[in-house]
Amino acid sequence: MAKNISFTIRYWKQNGPKDAGHFDEREMHDIPDDTSFLEMLDILNEQLIEDGQEPFTFDHDCREGICGMCSLYINGTPHGKTERGATTCQLYMRRFNDGDVITVEPWRSAAFPVIKDCMVDRSAFDKIQAAGGYTTIRTGQAQDANAILIPKEDADEAMDCATCIGCGACVAACKNGSAMLFVSSKVSQLALLPQGKPEAAKRAKAMIAKMDELGFGNCTNTRACEAVCPKNESIANIARLNREYLKAKLAD
Amino acid sequence: MWLCNSSVGRKVVMSVTGLALVLFLTFHACMNVVAIFSEEGYNMICEFLGSNWYAVAGTAALGALVVIHFVFALILTFQNRKARGQNRYAVTDKPEKVEWASQNMFVLGVIICLGLCLHLYNFWWNMMAAELFHIQGLAHSPADGYAWIAEVFSCPVYFVLYLVWFCAIWFHLTHGIWSGLQTLGLSGKTWFPRIKCISQIWSTLVILMFVAVAVFFFVKSLCCPEAACYSL
Repeated sequence: MAKNISFTIRYWKQNGPKDAGHFDEREMHDIPDDTSFLEMLDILNEQLIEDGQEPFTFDHDCREGICGMCSLYINGTPHGKTERGATTCQLYMRRFNDGDVITVEPWRSAAFPVIKDCMVDRSAFDKIQAAGGYTTIRTGQAQDANAILIPKEDADEAMDCATCIGCGACVAACKNGSAMLFVSSKVSQLALLPQGKPEAAKRAKAMIAKMDELGFGNCTNTRACEAVCPKNESIANIARLNREYLKAKLAD
Repeated sequence: MWLCNSSVGRKVVMSVTGLALVLFLTFHACMNVVAIFSEEGYNMICEFLGSNWYAVAGTAALGALVVIHFVFALILTFQNRKARGQNRYAVTDKPEKVEWASQNMFVLGVIICLGLCLHLYNFWWNMMAAELFHIQGLAHSPADGYAWIAEVFSCPVYFVLYLVWFCAIWFHLTHGIWSGLQTLGLSGKTWFPRIKCISQIWSTLVILMFVAVAVFFFVKSLCCPEAACYSL
């Protein structure tokens, strides 16, 4: 049975990357517990607009867990405590209790500067991807499926790596602000397939170099990233990236 | 040089120096347990490793490993704090699978370094340094390692300090060993649980050997109380 809950929401307000920022607070009353977290924020914004205040800014797009746009740090966890590995848009108010204080913060990392409130600039991920997360080989028309034989396990694992939606929860959770889980997933999705192998060395070096240049931290294997990843990416990917990178550097 | 300029390279330096130090610790622990079984046996080892050129060269190499490991830890910690940004989270919730040691390696490292200073003062100074610099008037002969162990661990303050130190090393190793192997890429979905298990067992065995020696000599001093706290 659906019930209504009342709680206090503390949300981060910040006008741009240089602003100090602060928390605003608001009492929310009688919110149905089957409301999604983002719908609850829509309700908050409607109330703020009615009161003549500036609405709270946050990122969102598809609201079905596949685009990777939503990025809220809720009560100390990226995307909040969702029912399974899922993003903020799939977090529901039934995960909270009457009288809770819910704290909403942006991804905090030097490489993800705040644009406004809880909307952060994650174009650093696009830059890493553009540095080598693709194949340059001209593939021509779609080939027969059996032209290149790929074992099922490899195809499955590459697919698992490719499900990384680049939301940045790994960076947000990491005490070192490291992007290794993202980069390793993007390197792995190609390194596991024959089509990705010819440029594997070049790719690992270019993407790591870009990651370092953009100010992400050094991975210290705390595993906070895989604990919060909505797509359940594994640090086995990071080991693979280390392997690819070492192989590439030793072959130079 | 990619070992200094890239994040993975710096981690490789941490990993290789760290794993080399783990091998040294293992060797050290095996050597120590000899003292429990035989005074002559242990003193033979001490004499063999006195101030011979190979022992001095080995010590210098170990010193270099520690310095490199520590300097890189400083650089990595500084860079990582910078990467985290100015603003800290108001609320943080640590996921279950994140181990305490993994997030406090630097603090543990500092404790280990402080313990190392005490350890060098207690043993290295009285043994290898005493021979090298011809220091006179010490309570025991530099090659009488057994007497030095008995003396240090007869003192309850040192005994407790060493136990705290061993604890810090244990925490550091439980994360350090598997993390080092992961950094070298020697991990994966199948091998990850295995290397975690191996590092847990390895670090526990090594530390238990150290603890056994400390406890043995402390208990022994309680049984024959004529050994006083000379060093304090």
